[in-house]
Order: sequence, then structure tokens, then C-alpha cells
Amino acid sequence: MKTKIISVIAYIILAPIIGGLLDGIDRKISARMQRRVGPPLLQPFYDLGKLFNKQVIVVRSSQSFLLLCYLIFMIITGAMLYAGVDLLMCMFVLSTAAMFLYFAACVTSSPYSTIGASRELIQIMAYEPAVLLTCVGFYLVSGSFEVSDIAFGKFSDIIYLPGVFLAYIFILTIKMRKSPFDISTSHHPNQEIVKGITSEMGARNLAFFTLTEWYENVFLLSVLALFITNRSPVSFLAAVIVILVVYFLEILIDNCSARIKYFDMVKLAWAVTVVLAGSNIWILMLVKQNIVN
Amino acid sequence: MLVMPEIPFLICFPFLTALLLFFTKNDKLKALISYLGAILVICAAGILWFDWLKGGYEPIFLYQNTEIVDHIIFVAEIVIMVLITFLCFKYKKRIICLLSIIPTIIIAFAEQININPTEKLEHIYIDRLAMLMCTIISLVGSLIIIYAVGYMSGYHMHHKEVKDRSNYFLALLFVFMGSMFGFVLSSSLIWLYFFWECTSVCSFLLIGYTRSEEAVTNSFRALWMNLLGGTALAIGIFYFAFFERTLSFRSFIALGALGDVYAILPVALMAFAALTKSAQLPFSTWLLGAMVAPTPSSALLHSATMVKAGIYVLLRLSPAMSGNITGMMISLVGGFTFFVASFMAVAQSDAKRVLAMSTVSNLGLMVACAGVGRPETVWAGAFLMIFHAVSKSLLFLDVGATENSIHSRDIEDMHGILFFLPLLAMFMFIGIAGMFLAPFGMLISKWAALRAAVDEKNIILLMFIVFGSATTSLYWSKWMGKIISHPHAPAEFKDITRPNEFVSLVLHAVMMIALCVLFPFVSKVFVDPMLVEMFGMSGQVLSQGVLYILVVIICFVFTIPLLSIFYSHKIQTNRKLSYMGGINEGDNCFFTDSMGEPKRLWLSNYYFANKIGIRKIMMPCQFVSAGILLGMFCIILGAIL
Repeated sequence: MKTKIISVIAYIILAPIIGGLLDGIDRKISARMQRRVGPPLLQPFYDLGKLFNKQVIVVRSSQSFLLLCYLIFMIITGAMLYAGVDLLMCMFVLSTAAMFLYFAACVTSSPYSTIGASRELIQIMAYEPAVLLTCVGFYLVSGSFEVSDIAFGKFSDIIYLPGVFLAYIFILTIKMRKSPFDISTSHHPNQEIVKGITSEMGARNLAFFTLTEWYENVFLLSVLALFITNRSPVSFLAAVIVILVVYFLEILIDNCSARIKYFDMVKLAWAVTVVLAGSNIWILMLVKQNIVN
Repeated sequence: MLVMPEIPFLICFPFLTALLLFFTKNDKLKALISYLGAILVICAAGILWFDWLKGGYEPIFLYQNTEIVDHIIFVAEIVIMVLITFLCFKYKKRIICLLSIIPTIIIAFAEQININPTEKLEHIYIDRLAMLMCTIISLVGSLIIIYAVGYMSGYHMHHKEVKDRSNYFLALLFVFMGSMFGFVLSSSLIWLYFFWECTSVCSFLLIGYTRSEEAVTNSFRALWMNLLGGTALAIGIFYFAFFERTLSFRSFIALGALGDVYAILPVALMAFAALTKSAQLPFSTWLLGAMVAPTPSSALLHSATMVKAGIYVLLRLSPAMSGNITGMMISLVGGFTFFVASFMAVAQSDAKRVLAMSTVSNLGLMVACAGVGRPETVWAGAFLMIFHAVSKSLLFLDVGATENSIHSRDIEDMHGILFFLPLLAMFMFIGIAGMFLAPFGMLISKWAALRAAVDEKNIILLMFIVFGSATTSLYWSKWMGKIISHPHAPAEFKDITRPNEFVSLVLHAVMMIALCVLFPFVSKVFVDPMLVEMFGMSGQVLSQGVLYILVVIICFVFTIPLLSIFYSHKIQTNRKLSYMGGINEGDNCFFTDSMGEPKRLWLSNYYFANKIGIRKIMMPCQFVSAGILLGMFCIILGAIL
């Protein structure tokens, strides 16, 4: 109980720091890939501080409260994960959080924001099956949906779930809104959807959004870590390395691909989900009667 | 011997009220009778609960000697047959009357079969499942009737072309309710068949209420599909009675669960009949066509009665379908329907059509759960049924009220109704949230279904659930976004919802939220013992602890937005125009077009109608599901011959 409370508090405090650092690394590496020097590593924090101190300009004032809800529900999601409760429940609360982001974008009735919001829904539809199947995969391997049981198994879950792992990495790109799946938002405002879902967010509201994104990234990468971790402490080190490698991979993909059409994204994501995750889980169901890891 | 007068009262009283209403022309009197009737039905259901609690939740058997009633029912069956035949001839759909004449003859023969004299046939049987159904029917059904009184007078003010027969309409709603009570309480197969036909005919008459050409076509489509199910049921009953010499529904299920050779085909036929009634593919089209009728009838068909009758039968049959080929057939068809109907719902912009497709889709999930036939899946199925009944009824009634106010039921026209019809929008929001959002009932039941599918190692059902729920959340969230967006233009609509409609909506919303909060309690006290009754073992999928956590999250969902509103009011904000690439016209409603003229900004959702619309994929899906059914029936026939 005590360790659970400590890990939840640690998550709430450390997640934005780690998320911000990852963002800084992302910018630095991206810049180097584009032969730029890039901003300092701590630039995301400077940006965030600046955003919090700016005058709040909004199209609709209700946006602030919706974004705040988005932030709080995202924190709850992560806290639930680190409290070791049911993984599926975490994912469901995560989807509620995502709904608030959607509301925050479309409440404005601004053209670019609304189109970004609609596309965000399609992104959710594209990645949701793989997320659920990931939870199912963990359940089949460890016999429980509880995060605490999944994280401390005898072996690393990835041994049984290579397909699910790959599918999860695939949808991670969609979830992080990185190219080629930056459908609902774009990296630069001078593109056809401007900034998509974040078009009308500024100052404190954008700060809330950025902060939530950091929390979300840490949450998603923590779920990735569940594939690797087992009882031995070494596996946690391995998990950190895997996370960094995957994160680098995401940056690489982001920098060398262009945005694709949303319909292609759904088709691709679902195909990957069915082929990799679906067949993996099917085989698991057929072969192993009772795996209790 | 127990008598329990409230049971014949529950079944007969709605019929009598209907008769009274049928001859009442006065508007005030009509309303009074309807209110009284609805309230008395709820009271009778309450007394039934009380009596049943007094008996310690034990199953109760009643009415062994019912010779006179049997004769009355036989006569009534003949009357129904004559009525259908007459209407079929009147509207030149002569073939359809065969589907009524043949099963009536079959049932008449079935009644002549010498029943095993040692077995005493109880005609009424009360257990937890029956009580659950009674509660849903009495509460939701009565609320719909209360709503209908106000709605119908508004309806006839707007639709001058339709002849005002609202007394007939209300009477039909009562008949419907009475037949549903009869259906869920009777334990004699003959009675079951009779009430089954009653609901079919009622829905047929309700759909044809406006007597427009479209209504007549659709009502006959509903009729033949449901009568086809009824025919299958009649054949099943005859076959079973002929070989087993009993007409008891309970021994029917018990023998089915034991895998008795003579019960295999009847169980399959009854399950097939249930598929037609709950509008599963390939029979989904009748429920879509049912929307031509005034909204209260849609609400009744979709939530408390009709489609739930099919689900009720399947839940009852689930022990007899556990792990056999019938169960596989049912769960396959159900899962498939859940998946493709949610696709079709994405492509709809008419609110009632979205609701209809989502009903078909959600029923698919319930059917699949019942088909798997394990306590865990039935637990999920029962909760899906409870939550679906309440939130779907709320949504239908709300869309009806909205339609009266804005004269459209297109979701695109509901852009920003939160700002011009705040109360209706709020109820709509609650209803939709209840259908798919995280800690609310439907999603939890879906979660339970997912777990049960995994535990059963049923990969096909698992995939259907996983992909189907992704599309499900797409069409609901799309709609929610429309509700809260700022309006395109200052709207001049007035909320003309009548007080009685409003009362009904409020009660629905209260019921919805109460159910969500009392979820763990309902599961522990009622649904879990129900499974013990049916299967001899408990089947709660989600542990009680998880359910309590969910209740806490529900409280969060309500309090966090409130706190955030409180907080964000304190932030000093500066309102600016939205970004339109520098071509704003001074407000958020207009932009400058390429001719330099102001043009109204119009925002719309994605629908993909040309890719996944009903027209595009309904036919292929019907073929696929019909293929599944045919194939499975061949296997079943092959197994018993």
C-alpha cells in the first residue's frame, strides 16, 4: 500500500519532468536530423513557463475548463496505472480524457479546430482496438488485468506477445500524433489544417494541453514498459532502454515521413492490429491453456 | 395456494385500459386514463415486488388449472389470425397471411397433444429474470406512455395530414405493455407463443399508425419478419411437445441444457425466432423501418418491449445454448451484427437512424453474450439490457422532443443545441454518455463482455467487440461534439416540451444516474443471484472492488468538470475571433469567400456515407448473416437426423 502511494505521487511529480525532457530530446534530435542546432534541452520547460504567464486569449471561454478536465483525467489515468489497478479500466478513463480534448477543440466552432477534432476521433477509432488487444494480451499471459500482476511476472511478457508489442508500437505513433499519422494536428501552423486540434488553444490553455501530452506520453511509454518488466530489477533497466529506443524510432519515423490520408491510416492501423495483435492473441489462446506468468 | 392477484392484474389491466382508451375521444379524459393506467401498472409491479420479497426471493409457480383462460387464449389467437389475414388482404399482401395461419394451426394441434399427466404445468413462473423484465417494462414503459400523452397532441398539431387517432395509439401502447408482461411471466409454451404473436401484431399496428404508403410498407415488412420468427417458434413448440409430451418452458430449457436430442432443434428454432424479434441481421431492416411511426412507439420498441423480448428469450435459453452449435450460431450472428451495425451507425446523420442502428448493434452484443451461454457473459448481457433500456428510451424521447422544437432530427441541425435548448441538450448528453462513456453502465458491461469473450477463448467474438466498440465510440462522440459546439447562427427556436414529456425525461435521467451509482449493489443483490438461479453458479465478471472503484470514478466524472468550471471562471480571459486565415467577417459566423462576399461558416461531421452507408453494406451483410444461419441450421439438422 505504501509503495503504491509513493509510486503514484512519484508519477504525478516526475511525469511532467520526464515528459518535458523527452520533448526536449525530441526537438534536439529532430533538429540534428534536419541539420539544425536545435533549442536547448530544457526549452520545453521555458516554453511552458512562458505560456502560463501570458494573457489568456480564447475563442470560447468554456475551452479552459474542458482542457483542465482533460489534464486531470489524464493524471488520474496515470495514477491508476501506478497504483497497479485494472489496466483496462485505465484505458477506459484514458478514453474519457481523450473525449474532453475533443470537446475542447470542437466547442469553439472554429473551422480548423473542428476539423482537427473530427480527425482526432478517427485517430481514436484507429488505435483503440490495438490498445484493447494489448490489455487482452497481458491478461492472457499473466492471468490478470491488474497492473501489479502484469509488471512483476516470472518472465517478460514480450516473449509471448511479440505481435502485440509491434502493434502497440505502431499505434503509439498515432497516439502521439507523429508523422505520418499527425492527422489531427500538424507540426507547423502553415499547413492545410493550420494546427488542427490545437489551433484555438493559446496561453494557459496550450500550457494545459502540453502538460497533458507529457503526462500522456509517460503513461503510454509506461504501458510499453509492461511488456519488458519482470521480477528481476535488471528488466526495469532493460525497459528504460527499450523505451528510449522506441522513442528514438518514433522521432526517426516522424522526421522521414509525410502525413497520409486518414482513411489510409484507419485501414493500415486496423490491418496491423488484426494481423499482428489478433493472430498473436489467437495463437496464445490456442496454444497455451493456462499461462500464469 | 398462492394466488397473487397482481399478476393477472398486470397482464389484463393494460388490455382493459386499452379497451377503455379505444372508445375515449375526449382529450382530457384520454390523458387522465393514460396517467392512471401507467401509475397503476407501476404500483402493481411494486406490489409484485413486495410479495416476491416476502416470499424470500424464491421462484414462484402459479396457476396450474387454467382451462377457461386457455380457451380464451385460443379464441384470441384465432381473432389475431383473422385480423392479420383481413389486413393482408386489404393491403394486397396476401402471402403474408400464410405466416399467421400456418403457425396458428400448428399451435392448435400442439394443444391437442396429450400432455404427460404426471406433470403439472404451471402457467406462470416468477424468478429473478422475470422480475427484472417486469421492472424494466413497468418503469420504462409507463414513463413512455406518460410522455406519449403530451407528445401525441403536439405531433398532431404539426402533422395535419395524419388523422388523429391518438386514443388508438395510446391503447396500442397499453396492449403492448400487457403482452410483454404476459410474455415474460408465462411458463407455458402455448401462452408464450400467444403473447409473442401479440407483440408482433402490436408493433405492426404501431408502425402503420400514420397509414402513409411508407408506413404501410414498413409495417408489413415488420410483420412478415416477426411472423416468420413466430412460425419458427410454433414449429419448435410443436416438435418439442410432440416428442417430449410437455408444454412447460422450464422443462424445455432444462432438457435443452442437458442436450436432449428432441430439444436441440426446438432450442435452435426458438433462438432463431428471438433473432427476428431483436432485429439481428439479416432481419434488421424492420427496426429501421419502424421509425416512420411517432417517436413514443420507437422508444417503446427499442427500449422496454419488442426487441427486449428477443433478448429475454435468449437469456432464458442461454443455459441450453452453452457450448453447442446453436450457441455458436447465435453468438456469431450477434457479434457480426454488433460490428457491422456500428459501422452503419457511423454513416447516419438522422438522429433516429443513429439510435436505431445503435440499438441493432447493442442488441447484437447482448445476443452474442447470451449465445456464448456462460454465467459471465449472461452477467454482461443482463447489464447491457438494463442500461440500454433506460438510456435508449431517454434518447428516443429526447430526440422526439427536440424534433418538435427544431422541426428536424438531423444531427447536423443539432449543432449547438446546448445553447438554444439547454435542458433537452443536457438530457441528450446524459443519455449518450450512458451509452459509451467510461464509467457509465454500458461501457462497463461491454468491458465485462470483452473479458468474458477472452475467458471463453472466443477470438471471433473478441475481435468483433474490440473493433465494434471503436466504431461505437466514434458515432456517439461525433454526436456529443455537435451538441456542445457553438451555434452557427443565433437560433430562434423555442423549447416547446410539455410538462409531462419533461417529467418523463427527468425521471429517465434520474434512473440512469441512479443505476450507474447503484451498479455494484444491483449486481450483488440481484443479477448475481439470478445467475445462480439459472446456471447454479455465480458469474460476476468484475470483482466487487472494481465496481466500487468505478463508482468513485463516476463521482469524479461529475465533480471534476464542476470544479474546473468554478476554477476557470476566475481566469481573466480575452475573447478573440477564431482563426480563419485572416478572412473573418467580424464575427465567428461568417468568412469572406473568393468573390469577396460574406459566406456563412458551416461545420459538419464526417459520415463516410458512400463507403459504409446502409445502402452500401446492408445487403452484403444480410447475405453473410443469412449464410451463417443457413449453414448452422444445416449442421443442426444433420446432427439430429
